[in-house]
Amino acid sequence: MSFFQTVEQYQGFDYEQFFQQVTDAAIERSLAQEKPTATDFLNLLSPRAARHLEPMAEKAHQLTVQYFGRTIQLFIPLYISNHCSNQCAYCGFNHKNDIYRHKLTIAEIEEEAQAIARTGMQHVLFLTGEAQHLTPMEYLVEAAACLKRHFASVAIEVYPLEVEEYRRLQQAGVDSMTLFQETYNQEVYKRVHRAGKKMDYHWRLNAPERAAQGGMRSVNLGPLLGLAEPRSEIFLTALHARYLENKYLETEVAISLPRFNEAEGDFQPDYLVDDKTFVQFMTALRIFLPRAGLTISTRENAAFRDRILPLGATRYSAGSSTGVGGYTEIKVAQTPQFEITDDRNVEEVAAAIKARGYQPVYKDWDLII
Amino acid sequence: MENDVLKIGNVAFTNRLFTGTGKFAANTLIPKMLAASGSQMITVALRRIDQAAQTENILEYIPKNVTLLPNTSGARTAEQAVRIARIAREAGCGDFIKIEVITDMKYLMPDNLETLKATEILAKEGFIVLPYVLPDLPLAKRLENAGAAAVMPLGAPIGTNRGLETKPLIELLIENCTIPVVVDAGIGRPSQAAEAMEMGADAVLVNTAIATARDPEAMGRAFNLAVKAGRTAYLAELAEQSGLARASSPLTGFLD
Repeated sequence: MSFFQTVEQYQGFDYEQFFQQVTDAAIERSLAQEKPTATDFLNLLSPRAARHLEPMAEKAHQLTVQYFGRTIQLFIPLYISNHCSNQCAYCGFNHKNDIYRHKLTIAEIEEEAQAIARTGMQHVLFLTGEAQHLTPMEYLVEAAACLKRHFASVAIEVYPLEVEEYRRLQQAGVDSMTLFQETYNQEVYKRVHRAGKKMDYHWRLNAPERAAQGGMRSVNLGPLLGLAEPRSEIFLTALHARYLENKYLETEVAISLPRFNEAEGDFQPDYLVDDKTFVQFMTALRIFLPRAGLTISTRENAAFRDRILPLGATRYSAGSSTGVGGYTEIKVAQTPQFEITDDRNVEEVAAAIKARGYQPVYKDWDLII
Repeated sequence: MENDVLKIGNVAFTNRLFTGTGKFAANTLIPKMLAASGSQMITVALRRIDQAAQTENILEYIPKNVTLLPNTSGARTAEQAVRIARIAREAGCGDFIKIEVITDMKYLMPDNLETLKATEILAKEGFIVLPYVLPDLPLAKRLENAGAAAVMPLGAPIGTNRGLETKPLIELLIENCTIPVVVDAGIGRPSQAAEAMEMGADAVLVNTAIATARDPEAMGRAFNLAVKAGRTAYLAELAEQSGLARASSPLTGFLD
């Protein structure tokens, strides 16, 4: 069985009708559960639960401190190529966008790695577009090996791979895999992914599972909030996480909450998630999945990131550049994949975390090969 | 109490509260917590140690008179645990090693089988091995035979603060093991630490409950007092039991 069966199970589910029937008493009961069920989670995601935000935040805070302590793990993204055959309506790297395309050579990756390492960052996430003919496995393996020489932890956010390919990368030093489904809604998925291999919903949906089978220590899921009705997206993302947690006990599952952000092009999202709803999602996720990592990127602005820090977040990117060659003088392809709104450097983000009474953690993993 | 010493490996501990370095809001809290709690051994995940750190090296916050207990957190197999232990020793972290092999990221339960394998290898290499396990008497005896310096059963899953949920199983270990039994994980309150010590545990290891307290220094002090109280009660109870044996003769004296 794959997670798709769960997606199908909820295909005809009338979220709106369910939410209309949610009562304050039901929300309070769900909030008090030690092991919340999917129904409890839906109650907490309901519009009505916004009135219970403070107790939800208190519980989320308490659970996060209990399981993760007063710490925030820091990581930095490194874009090594923006070549892409896909046409994702919302993405700056869309094949149709007339931007300068570049793939870093291994020597350039080395330079970027040195520049990043000087900031003290120890966990790096490297990214590519989806252009397998230009950034093939051999290239990814070389890039991984190069980065492993500079960082304690190397993660990937690249096009979906086969189990054996994940295993090869794992052996080359990659310990974590991030891949966003973008949307679990098949119709919307089809509409916004207009060309390229990304059109295959199933291939992408099952990739985190293949990564777990390929030996990745950690897989990170995420919906791109704004594409489809956000409450159902968060619900299915959490069920996807729970599915993986239950099936692959050895794999850590984490969730990112990318909110739509203006990238190159002029895509208008159908849904906007305001700050209050974002916090409701984050706290509900923490309550439903107490041990899951929650990643907050620099898509969110500095002031907001500082404020939501105690509410469930466990990982922050910092000092990010979302263009290719962004950390050195290479500066050849600066058009970003998405716009960053927290443009503080690593030191500034770390100082802000400390100021909130949390410890910025630079290293908490080392893959021993 | 002054002569009440716990010997593990080549070190004599006069304080039976062991602590950890994880989850603190700042590393600067660690030396303060150690001073307040009197803890003489602290565990640190090798994966968190960054010798070449431009930021900060956690080891700098641990005073020299406190025994370092590096742990193999992150290991998923005996082989990985063994490699981490060797790296820790090479890095100058001493011969103590807490074996932590976890293959279940959902509940963070220790994998007893892999832990036993790693213990067998590392004890032969001269490590002072403290395996973290689910309380299982036959396994504990095997660990003992393999040369473990102590056995560390969990009271409840890591980080849950639920206390001594496995109490009856830990009691079997205390009753039957010749090596020290250190209750590790799950202890969320000083009263639970006292309970573990009252039942005869040789020591407790507490991290989350101290590190995530609003005031870790004060909580460290509270745990120290609780451990001392529990230990004192345990020793006092032993004395009382022997007194009871003597008192029994007058009751049947009329039969003589």
